[in-house]
Amino acid sequence: MARIIVVTSGKGGVGKTTTSAAIAMGLAKKGHKTAVIDFDVGLRNLDLILGCERRVVYDFVNVINGEATLNQALIKDKRCNQLFILPASQTRDKDALTVEGVGRVLEELSKDFKYIVCDSPAGIEKGAHLAMYFADDAFVVTNPEVSSVRDSDRMLGIMASKSKRAENNEEPIKEYLLLTRYSPERVKLGEMLSVEDVQEILSLHLLGVIPESKSVLNASNSGIPVILDDKSDAGQAYEDIVARYLGEDRPHRFIDEEKKGIFGKLFRSK
Amino acid sequence: MSLLDYFRTTKRGTASLAKERLQILVAHERSSRTQPSYLPQLQKELLEVVRKYINVEQDAISINFEQDEDQEVLELNIVLPDEHNKSSK
Repeated sequence: MARIIVVTSGKGGVGKTTTSAAIAMGLAKKGHKTAVIDFDVGLRNLDLILGCERRVVYDFVNVINGEATLNQALIKDKRCNQLFILPASQTRDKDALTVEGVGRVLEELSKDFKYIVCDSPAGIEKGAHLAMYFADDAFVVTNPEVSSVRDSDRMLGIMASKSKRAENNEEPIKEYLLLTRYSPERVKLGEMLSVEDVQEILSLHLLGVIPESKSVLNASNSGIPVILDDKSDAGQAYEDIVARYLGEDRPHRFIDEEKKGIFGKLFRSK
Repeated sequence: MSLLDYFRTTKRGTASLAKERLQILVAHERSSRTQPSYLPQLQKELLEVVRKYINVEQDAISINFEQDEDQEVLELNIVLPDEHNKSSK
Protein backbone atom coordinates (compact mmCIF):
# COMPACT_ATOMS: atom_id res chain seq x y z
CA MET A 1 0.00 0.00 0.00
CA ALA A 2 1.26 3.43 -0.88
CA ARG A 3 1.39 6.35 1.51
CA ILE A 4 -0.53 9.31 0.09
CA ILE A 5 0.92 12.75 0.79
CA VAL A 6 -0.94 15.95 -0.03
CA VAL A 7 1.03 19.16 -0.45
CA THR A 8 -1.42 21.90 0.40
CA SER A 9 -1.66 25.50 1.63
CA GLY A 10 -4.92 27.19 0.76
CA LYS A 11 -3.09 30.28 -0.44
CA GLY A 12 -1.47 30.36 -3.85
CA GLY A 13 2.14 31.13 -4.62
CA VAL A 14 3.61 29.84 -1.37
CA GLY A 15 5.59 27.00 -2.96
CA LYS A 16 3.30 23.96 -3.21
CA THR A 17 4.47 22.86 -6.65
CA THR A 18 8.12 23.58 -5.86
CA THR A 19 7.70 21.50 -2.70
CA SER A 20 5.83 18.68 -4.45
CA ALA A 21 8.52 18.40 -7.11
CA ALA A 22 11.31 18.53 -4.55
CA ILE A 23 9.95 16.00 -2.07
CA ALA A 24 8.76 13.59 -4.80
CA MET A 25 12.25 13.66 -6.30
CA GLY A 26 13.78 13.35 -2.82
CA LEU A 27 11.71 10.28 -1.94
CA ALA A 28 12.45 8.70 -5.33
CA LYS A 29 16.17 9.36 -4.95
CA LYS A 30 16.07 7.50 -1.65
CA GLY A 31 14.93 4.49 -3.64
CA HIS A 32 11.19 4.68 -3.01
CA LYS A 33 9.01 4.36 -6.08
CA THR A 34 7.09 7.64 -6.10
CA ALA A 35 4.32 9.11 -8.20
CA VAL A 36 3.56 12.82 -8.16
CA ILE A 37 0.15 14.00 -9.36
CA ASP A 38 -0.78 17.50 -10.45
CA PHE A 39 -4.33 18.24 -9.22
CA ASP A 40 -4.42 21.74 -10.69
CA VAL A 41 -6.68 20.94 -13.64
CA GLY A 42 -6.69 23.78 -16.15
CA LEU A 43 -3.49 25.32 -14.79
CA ARG A 44 -0.94 22.56 -14.87
CA ASN A 45 2.57 23.53 -13.89
CA LEU A 46 4.17 20.59 -12.14
CA ASP A 47 5.39 19.28 -15.51
CA LEU A 48 7.20 22.57 -16.08
CA ILE A 49 8.84 22.57 -12.64
CA LEU A 50 9.96 18.97 -13.22
CA GLY A 51 11.17 19.75 -16.75
CA CYS A 52 8.98 17.20 -18.55
CA GLU A 53 6.49 19.60 -20.17
CA ARG A 54 7.31 18.43 -23.69
CA ARG A 55 6.74 14.79 -22.85
CA VAL A 56 3.09 15.16 -21.78
CA VAL A 57 0.83 13.05 -23.99
CA TYR A 58 -2.00 11.94 -21.74
CA ASP A 59 -3.06 13.42 -18.42
CA PHE A 60 -4.89 12.72 -15.15
CA VAL A 61 -8.33 13.46 -16.62
CA ASN A 62 -7.69 11.15 -19.61
CA VAL A 63 -6.97 8.35 -17.14
CA ILE A 64 -10.06 9.10 -15.06
CA ASN A 65 -12.22 9.09 -18.19
CA GLY A 66 -10.69 5.85 -19.44
CA GLU A 67 -9.20 7.54 -22.53
CA ALA A 68 -5.73 6.38 -21.55
CA THR A 69 -4.23 3.84 -19.17
CA LEU A 70 -2.16 4.90 -16.19
CA ASN A 71 0.97 3.50 -17.82
CA GLN A 72 0.35 5.59 -20.91
CA ALA A 73 -0.11 8.77 -18.90
CA LEU A 74 2.68 8.39 -16.33
CA ILE A 75 5.89 10.13 -17.35
CA LYS A 76 9.06 8.49 -16.12
CA ASP A 77 11.60 11.01 -14.91
CA LYS A 78 14.86 11.00 -16.91
CA ARG A 79 17.04 11.72 -13.88
CA CYS A 80 15.59 9.19 -11.47
CA ASN A 81 13.93 5.97 -12.58
CA GLN A 82 11.88 5.74 -9.37
CA LEU A 83 9.95 8.95 -10.08
CA PHE A 84 6.78 9.15 -12.19
CA ILE A 85 4.70 12.20 -13.00
CA LEU A 86 0.97 12.28 -13.70
CA PRO A 87 0.29 15.71 -15.24
CA ALA A 88 -2.95 17.66 -14.92
CA SER A 89 -5.12 18.38 -17.88
CA GLN A 90 -4.56 21.81 -19.39
CA THR A 91 -7.83 22.11 -21.27
CA ARG A 92 -10.64 20.82 -19.11
CA ASP A 93 -12.35 22.51 -16.24
CA LYS A 94 -11.95 21.38 -12.66
CA ASP A 95 -15.25 19.48 -12.67
CA ALA A 96 -13.50 16.80 -14.71
CA LEU A 97 -12.20 15.38 -11.41
CA THR A 98 -14.56 13.21 -9.38
CA VAL A 99 -14.19 11.46 -6.03
CA GLU A 100 -14.74 8.06 -7.65
CA GLY A 101 -12.34 8.76 -10.51
CA VAL A 102 -9.55 10.08 -8.29
CA GLY A 103 -10.12 7.23 -5.84
CA ARG A 104 -9.78 4.66 -8.62
CA VAL A 105 -6.53 6.17 -9.94
CA LEU A 106 -5.01 6.38 -6.45
CA GLU A 107 -5.99 2.80 -5.71
CA GLU A 108 -4.37 1.57 -8.88
CA LEU A 109 -1.22 3.59 -8.19
CA SER A 110 -1.13 2.26 -4.62
CA LYS A 111 -0.49 -1.27 -5.87
CA ASP A 112 2.75 -0.33 -7.49
CA PHE A 113 4.07 2.76 -5.70
CA LYS A 114 5.48 3.45 -2.25
CA TYR A 115 4.57 7.14 -2.12
CA ILE A 116 1.99 9.20 -3.97
CA VAL A 117 2.47 12.96 -3.75
CA CYS A 118 -0.63 15.03 -4.54
CA ASP A 119 0.17 18.58 -5.59
CA SER A 120 -2.92 20.55 -4.56
CA PRO A 121 -4.15 23.63 -6.39
CA ALA A 122 -4.62 26.83 -4.41
CA GLY A 123 -8.02 27.62 -2.94
CA ILE A 124 -10.52 25.36 -1.25
CA GLU A 125 -12.53 24.22 -4.23
CA LYS A 126 -12.90 20.85 -5.88
CA GLY A 127 -9.30 20.29 -6.96
CA ALA A 128 -7.93 21.18 -3.54
CA HIS A 129 -10.62 19.11 -1.85
CA LEU A 130 -9.87 16.02 -3.93
CA ALA A 131 -6.11 16.42 -3.52
CA MET A 132 -6.44 16.14 0.27
CA TYR A 133 -9.47 13.81 0.44
CA PHE A 134 -7.56 10.50 0.28
CA ALA A 135 -4.39 11.70 2.03
CA ASP A 136 -2.56 9.93 4.85
CA ASP A 137 -0.11 12.77 5.43
CA ALA A 138 -0.34 16.49 4.72
CA PHE A 139 2.55 18.83 4.09
CA VAL A 140 1.14 22.26 4.89
CA VAL A 141 3.26 24.78 3.00
CA THR A 142 3.16 28.14 4.73
CA ASN A 143 4.92 31.47 4.28
CA PRO A 144 5.69 33.52 7.40
CA GLU A 145 3.02 36.01 6.40
CA VAL A 146 -0.49 36.70 7.76
CA SER A 147 -2.67 35.60 4.85
CA SER A 148 -0.71 32.41 4.30
CA VAL A 149 -0.89 31.43 7.98
CA ARG A 150 -4.61 32.11 8.09
CA ASP A 151 -5.25 30.06 4.94
CA SER A 152 -3.15 27.20 6.28
CA ASP A 153 -5.28 27.14 9.40
CA ARG A 154 -8.37 27.06 7.22
CA MET A 155 -6.98 24.09 5.28
CA LEU A 156 -6.25 22.30 8.56
CA GLY A 157 -9.89 22.77 9.53
CA ILE A 158 -11.05 21.38 6.20
CA MET A 159 -8.76 18.36 6.44
CA ALA A 160 -9.99 17.68 9.96
CA SER A 161 -13.62 17.58 8.87
CA LYS A 162 -13.88 16.84 5.14
CA SER A 163 -11.22 14.23 4.43
CA LYS A 164 -11.98 10.57 3.88
CA ARG A 165 -10.26 9.76 7.16
CA ALA A 166 -12.46 12.28 8.98
CA GLU A 167 -15.63 11.06 7.31
CA ASN A 168 -14.88 7.44 8.20
CA ASN A 169 -13.82 8.33 11.75
CA GLU A 170 -10.36 6.94 11.10
CA GLU A 171 -7.09 8.20 12.52
CA PRO A 172 -6.76 11.79 11.25
CA ILE A 173 -4.37 12.92 8.51
CA LYS A 174 -0.86 13.48 9.89
CA GLU A 175 -0.12 17.15 9.37
CA TYR A 176 3.33 18.67 9.02
CA LEU A 177 4.41 22.28 8.72
CA LEU A 178 6.79 23.35 5.96
CA LEU A 179 7.71 26.98 6.38
CA THR A 180 8.94 28.37 3.07
CA ARG A 181 10.49 31.65 1.89
CA TYR A 182 11.89 32.17 5.37
CA SER A 183 14.27 35.03 5.92
CA PRO A 184 16.19 34.79 9.23
CA GLU A 185 17.54 38.33 8.79
CA ARG A 186 14.06 39.80 8.65
CA VAL A 187 12.90 37.67 11.57
CA LYS A 188 15.80 39.00 13.61
CA LEU A 189 14.77 42.55 12.78
CA GLY A 190 11.23 41.79 13.93
CA GLU A 191 9.88 42.24 10.42
CA MET A 192 8.79 38.67 9.84
CA LEU A 193 6.94 36.02 11.85
CA SER A 194 9.41 33.53 13.30
CA VAL A 195 9.23 29.73 13.07
CA GLU A 196 8.13 29.64 16.71
CA ASP A 197 5.39 32.21 16.05
CA VAL A 198 3.92 30.22 13.17
CA GLN A 199 4.21 26.94 15.06
CA GLU A 200 2.52 28.47 18.06
CA ILE A 201 -0.38 29.79 15.99
CA LEU A 202 -0.93 26.66 13.92
CA SER A 203 0.26 24.11 16.55
CA LEU A 204 1.80 21.90 13.90
CA HIS A 205 4.79 19.62 13.89
CA LEU A 206 7.61 21.36 12.00
CA LEU A 207 9.09 19.25 9.24
CA GLY A 208 11.45 21.92 8.01
CA VAL A 209 12.18 25.50 7.06
CA ILE A 210 13.06 26.46 3.49
CA PRO A 211 14.94 29.75 3.39
CA GLU A 212 14.12 32.42 0.81
CA SER A 213 16.61 31.47 -1.87
CA LYS A 214 17.67 32.43 -5.36
CA SER A 215 18.17 28.76 -6.12
CA VAL A 216 14.39 28.16 -6.21
CA LEU A 217 13.86 30.43 -9.23
CA ASN A 218 17.03 29.13 -10.87
CA ALA A 219 15.72 25.61 -10.47
CA SER A 220 12.28 26.36 -11.89
CA ASN A 221 13.84 28.33 -14.76
CA SER A 222 15.69 25.19 -15.78
CA GLY A 223 13.04 22.60 -14.95
CA ILE A 224 15.18 20.91 -12.33
CA PRO A 225 13.65 20.23 -8.89
CA VAL A 226 15.60 22.39 -6.44
CA ILE A 227 16.44 19.35 -4.29
CA LEU A 228 18.86 18.25 -7.03
CA ASP A 229 20.84 21.46 -6.47
CA ASP A 230 22.61 20.01 -3.45
CA LYS A 231 24.87 23.03 -3.09
CA SER A 232 21.95 25.37 -2.51
CA ASP A 233 20.41 26.11 0.87
CA ALA A 234 16.89 25.40 -0.37
CA GLY A 235 18.00 22.12 -1.94
CA GLN A 236 19.60 21.02 1.31
CA ALA A 237 16.57 22.12 3.29
CA TYR A 238 14.31 19.92 1.15
CA GLU A 239 16.76 17.05 1.45
CA ASP A 240 16.55 17.42 5.26
CA ILE A 241 12.76 17.44 5.07
CA VAL A 242 12.63 14.18 3.10
CA ALA A 243 15.05 12.56 5.55
CA ARG A 244 13.02 13.74 8.56
CA TYR A 245 9.79 12.53 6.98
CA LEU A 246 11.40 9.12 6.52
CA GLY A 247 12.22 9.04 10.22
CA GLU A 248 15.74 10.38 10.34
CA ASP A 249 16.53 12.75 13.20
CA ARG A 250 18.18 15.82 11.73
CA PRO A 251 18.63 19.16 13.50
CA HIS A 252 16.79 22.09 11.93
CA ARG A 253 18.86 24.46 9.81
CA PHE A 254 18.38 27.79 8.03
CA ILE A 255 16.45 29.19 11.00
CA ASP A 256 19.18 31.48 12.27
CA GLU A 257 21.02 34.19 10.47
CA GLU A 258 24.19 33.12 8.72
CA LYS A 259 27.35 34.16 10.48
CA LYS A 260 29.03 36.89 8.50
CA GLY A 261 32.51 38.31 8.60
CA ILE A 262 33.22 41.88 9.69
CA PHE A 263 32.76 43.15 6.12
CA GLY A 264 29.51 41.30 5.76
CA LYS A 265 28.30 42.93 8.95
CA LEU A 266 29.22 46.42 7.89
CA PHE A 267 28.14 46.21 4.28
CA ARG A 268 25.27 43.82 4.20
CA SER A 269 24.14 43.28 0.63
CA LYS A 270 20.45 42.70 1.33
CA MET B 1 23.46 43.60 12.89
CA SER B 2 24.81 46.09 10.41
CA LEU B 3 25.84 49.64 11.33
CA LEU B 4 22.65 50.95 9.79
CA ASP B 5 20.58 48.78 12.14
CA TYR B 6 21.89 50.69 15.16
CA PHE B 7 19.92 53.69 13.94
CA ARG B 8 16.83 51.63 13.34
CA THR B 9 16.47 49.79 16.62
CA THR B 10 14.02 52.30 18.04
CA LYS B 11 11.43 51.20 15.51
CA ARG B 12 9.51 48.13 16.64
CA GLY B 13 9.11 45.41 14.04
CA THR B 14 5.70 44.57 12.64
CA ALA B 15 6.04 40.82 13.19
CA SER B 16 4.66 40.98 16.72
CA LEU B 17 1.63 42.85 15.42
CA ALA B 18 1.12 40.15 12.80
CA LYS B 19 1.30 37.46 15.47
CA GLU B 20 -1.18 39.22 17.72
CA ARG B 21 -3.69 39.72 14.90
CA LEU B 22 -3.34 36.14 13.74
CA GLN B 23 -3.80 34.68 17.20
CA ILE B 24 -7.08 36.53 17.68
CA LEU B 25 -8.31 35.73 14.18
CA VAL B 26 -7.37 32.06 14.22
CA ALA B 27 -8.93 31.54 17.65
CA HIS B 28 -12.13 33.16 16.42
CA GLU B 29 -12.25 31.17 13.19
CA ARG B 30 -11.53 27.91 14.98
CA SER B 31 -14.35 28.43 17.44
CA SER B 32 -16.79 29.16 14.62
CA ARG B 33 -15.65 25.96 12.85
CA THR B 34 -16.61 23.80 15.80
CA GLN B 35 -20.00 25.45 16.14
CA PRO B 36 -23.01 23.48 15.03
CA SER B 37 -24.27 24.57 11.62
CA TYR B 38 -27.79 25.34 12.89
CA LEU B 39 -26.65 28.32 14.98
CA PRO B 40 -27.34 31.11 12.44
CA GLN B 41 -30.82 29.68 11.77
CA LEU B 42 -31.48 29.33 15.51
CA GLN B 43 -30.45 32.94 16.05
CA LYS B 44 -32.75 34.12 13.28
CA GLU B 45 -35.76 32.19 14.57
CA LEU B 46 -35.17 33.21 18.17
CA LEU B 47 -35.02 36.81 17.07
CA GLU B 48 -38.37 36.43 15.32
CA VAL B 49 -39.97 34.99 18.46
CA VAL B 50 -38.57 37.70 20.70
CA ARG B 51 -39.71 40.36 18.25
CA LYS B 52 -43.31 39.20 18.58
CA TYR B 53 -43.24 40.60 22.11
CA ILE B 54 -40.38 43.08 22.28
CA ASN B 55 -39.01 45.37 19.61
CA VAL B 56 -35.33 44.46 19.64
CA GLU B 57 -32.66 45.24 17.11
CA GLN B 58 -30.97 42.67 14.88
CA ASP B 59 -27.73 42.83 16.84
CA ALA B 60 -29.41 42.72 20.24
CA ILE B 61 -29.30 38.96 20.26
CA SER B 62 -26.13 36.95 20.38
CA ILE B 63 -25.56 33.23 20.50
CA ASN B 64 -22.36 31.68 21.68
CA PHE B 65 -21.44 28.04 21.57
CA GLU B 66 -18.62 26.71 23.70
CA GLN B 67 -17.22 23.26 23.92
CA ASP B 68 -15.20 21.92 26.81
CA GLU B 69 -13.90 18.42 27.16
CA ASP B 70 -17.04 17.10 28.73
CA GLN B 71 -19.72 19.73 28.24
CA GLU B 72 -21.22 21.97 25.61
CA VAL B 73 -22.58 25.37 26.58
CA LEU B 74 -25.04 27.29 24.47
CA GLU B 75 -25.09 30.86 25.69
CA LEU B 76 -27.91 33.13 24.62
CA ASN B 77 -27.77 36.83 25.26
CA ILE B 78 -30.63 39.22 24.48
CA VAL B 79 -30.22 42.90 25.22
CA LEU B 80 -33.65 44.37 25.92
CA PRO B 81 -34.27 47.95 24.83
CA ASP B 82 -35.02 50.81 27.23
CA GLU B 83 -38.53 51.07 28.70
CA HIS B 84 -39.83 53.68 26.23
CA ASN B 85 -38.84 51.63 23.19
CA LYS B 86 -40.96 48.70 24.17
CA SER B 87 -43.88 48.06 21.92
CA SER B 88 -47.03 46.39 23.15
CA LYS B 89 -48.03 44.15 20.32
